[in-house]
Amino acid sequence: MSAARRAPPWRRRLLGRQNQNLWFWVFVGPFFAGLVLFIYVPIAWSAYLSFFEAYNTVSPTRMVGFANYTDMLGDPNFRSSLTTFLVFAAFIVPTTFALSLATAVLVARTRVAQAFFRSVFFLPTACSYVVAALIWKMSIFSGVRSGLANTVLGWFGAESVPWLSVTNPPWYWLVIVSARLWLQVGFYMILFLAGLQRIGPHLYEAAAIDGATGWKAFRHITFPLLRPTSTAVLLLLLINAFQAFDEFFNILSSFGTYPPYARPPLVYLYYTALGQGQDFGHGSAGAIILTAVIAVIAVAFNRLFVREAD
Amino acid sequence: MSPSSRPSVPSAAPSDAPLASADAPQAGPGRWRSNPALTRRSLLSLGVAASAMGALAACGSNTGRDEAPVGGGGTSGGSTPTLNQWYHQYGEAGTQQAVQRYAKEYPDATVKVTWKPGDYDQSMVATLLTAGAPDVFEYGNGPTIDMITGGQVADLSDLFGDAKADFDQALIDRVTYQGKIYAIPQVLDSQVLVYRKSALQKAGVTPPATVDELLAAAKTLTSGDVKGLFVGNDGGVSILGGPMLWASGLDYLTKENTFGFDDPKAVAAFTKLRELFASKTLLLGAPKDWFDASALTQGLAAMQFTGLWNLPAIEKAIPGDYGVLPWPAMPGGAPAVPVGAYGACVFAKGKNVDAAKKFVKWLWIDSTDRQLDWAQSYGFHIPARQSLVGRAEKLKSGPAAEAAKIVTDHGHAQTPLLWTPKCSTAFGDMMTRIVKEGADPKAEIAKVKAVAEAELERLGV
Repeated sequence: MSAARRAPPWRRRLLGRQNQNLWFWVFVGPFFAGLVLFIYVPIAWSAYLSFFEAYNTVSPTRMVGFANYTDMLGDPNFRSSLTTFLVFAAFIVPTTFALSLATAVLVARTRVAQAFFRSVFFLPTACSYVVAALIWKMSIFSGVRSGLANTVLGWFGAESVPWLSVTNPPWYWLVIVSARLWLQVGFYMILFLAGLQRIGPHLYEAAAIDGATGWKAFRHITFPLLRPTSTAVLLLLLINAFQAFDEFFNILSSFGTYPPYARPPLVYLYYTALGQGQDFGHGSAGAIILTAVIAVIAVAFNRLFVREAD
Repeated sequence: MSPSSRPSVPSAAPSDAPLASADAPQAGPGRWRSNPALTRRSLLSLGVAASAMGALAACGSNTGRDEAPVGGGGTSGGSTPTLNQWYHQYGEAGTQQAVQRYAKEYPDATVKVTWKPGDYDQSMVATLLTAGAPDVFEYGNGPTIDMITGGQVADLSDLFGDAKADFDQALIDRVTYQGKIYAIPQVLDSQVLVYRKSALQKAGVTPPATVDELLAAAKTLTSGDVKGLFVGNDGGVSILGGPMLWASGLDYLTKENTFGFDDPKAVAAFTKLRELFASKTLLLGAPKDWFDASALTQGLAAMQFTGLWNLPAIEKAIPGDYGVLPWPAMPGGAPAVPVGAYGACVFAKGKNVDAAKKFVKWLWIDSTDRQLDWAQSYGFHIPARQSLVGRAEKLKSGPAAEAAKIVTDHGHAQTPLLWTPKCSTAFGDMMTRIVKEGADPKAEIAKVKAVAEAELERLGV
């Protein structure tokens, strides 16, 4: 303390009152450094690489301007991966939303063993995506008769279905979507449960007096008051859909190859930039384009759902 | 840093996520209306998303900025240099001890062996960008073309001497670029068509010699849940492209390094694969894919195209009840099997390039006893040299001897050196679209041709 008093005024100003600034950096500094070193430098480096021809190197010398970007935008496979994402998001976001909301409402209503049901639905969240994907691929949806799904079909005398090997009908979507729903619904259910608990019981009581129960109460009280939670859940779901990698990769890839269908952007970029390809220029350009797309969607989402609420 | 270990839920968001706000005093919906929290959250989440993209790129980029030598071939001051050598993790018991023993037995340098589990190819290409790369390393089918043109691997041509003719020609061609040899093949691996003798006899089927006979056999051998043929859970998409081209007398690239299968014969070959896929005689969705023999040994399929390495396991499970065949011929073509090998390479930017070259010459050219030990004592592989095949006890009789002969007579290098990963991806997409989705082979081949020709141009061919 005395040291601070004796110090020149510029230094006192730098350290702040009671060395506040110093302590701020002592506590925040390591995390900030980590953030800069492991997040922001790589992002900047990636942006830098996207303007170069960078095969097998991260310190490229040949600048190619926007060529990597035009290549990626002209690449039918990259465009189809973006379409895959859009179709996937258009399906998985509302489905997960509806299912987790429904489970949350049901669990909140339950008078018996509520804690038990809450835990049971939440438990899959603790499961690794990779492990779940392998279980889905190898034991539930394996193509032979011993697989769980085919055993069930066998009870009804149906033929075995090679779920992941055929594309017509595209059964692989059933496998991917069911795995993702199993893994995610519990987590969003907890978010909705938290939102539900914030709605005061007196509102329902008042509504009941006016004759609004059941569906009417849900439609006019629960759903509108859940709006903040719903908005957050929607955005999280959308971003999660964009990040789709684990279950796709582990369910559909085999020996360093990935089929051209159901190939989301991250999987495609993984094969472009990592793997044996090591084409960091195109990979980085793809990552930047993808980030831009997410940014646009998130801003549009913000305008649409948040501004409207103001 | 593997993307597959990324948590599914953005980890930075919860600081402002609704889960946390559940504990907050009951503020009612009005709080949300007047509060810019959501905007902030969107931005935060956006940051998370952006970070994820960055992290993807980071997996690659943080490998190259490491300028400090990480134990990279530092000389031990005195007479003998220290060499670092990398192997991928072999599955067979005793392999690790064997390579350590070879290293110890080498008199002219201290060789430190690193045994790499996990995704070897990827960590190898990443390490080669740094000064910490090993002096000596193995790589599947020799170095990639980008490693060669990038000057990462040393020219080993002068090490071979008279022994050059003794090595499998297909493999030497595979690791040769502009007349220079860049790797020494260690052992041969291949894939063959294995069939159950008893199943074929029972159905009155003779071992197929043409693709048409194979299709007919698969049909006869299919009954109920037992399928006729297993060529992988993807219906052969990832392993049959090459064999079908060679069986038709074609290849990925011609000898002059131009596109090799813009040809009606290729259209016919891929159409056959589609026919096979649609015939319902293929086993699809087996718990273990083609690299494991359990589909055959457990009776899920009567024939299987699988790795040579499975022969000991098959012999153990169904002793004597199996035979081996090459992938059968298309009309006007010849039977074919793929041949691959791990090749020993020398890092050209290391500190002890000459000592490293001397070491690989000693181990993979001069020490024939050690090469034979490596091929025969731990798993089942074929020595890369003709003279050693004759000395290999395990290859002297039965299906193993047939397999060795098949590889010598019908072997083709898995993919040409100039067939880059980008070409492979385009080829895989083509195979999937033709075989699984019934797309027009001619149009799909044209798409691959465009990609391959652009790649060849990039490489200056």
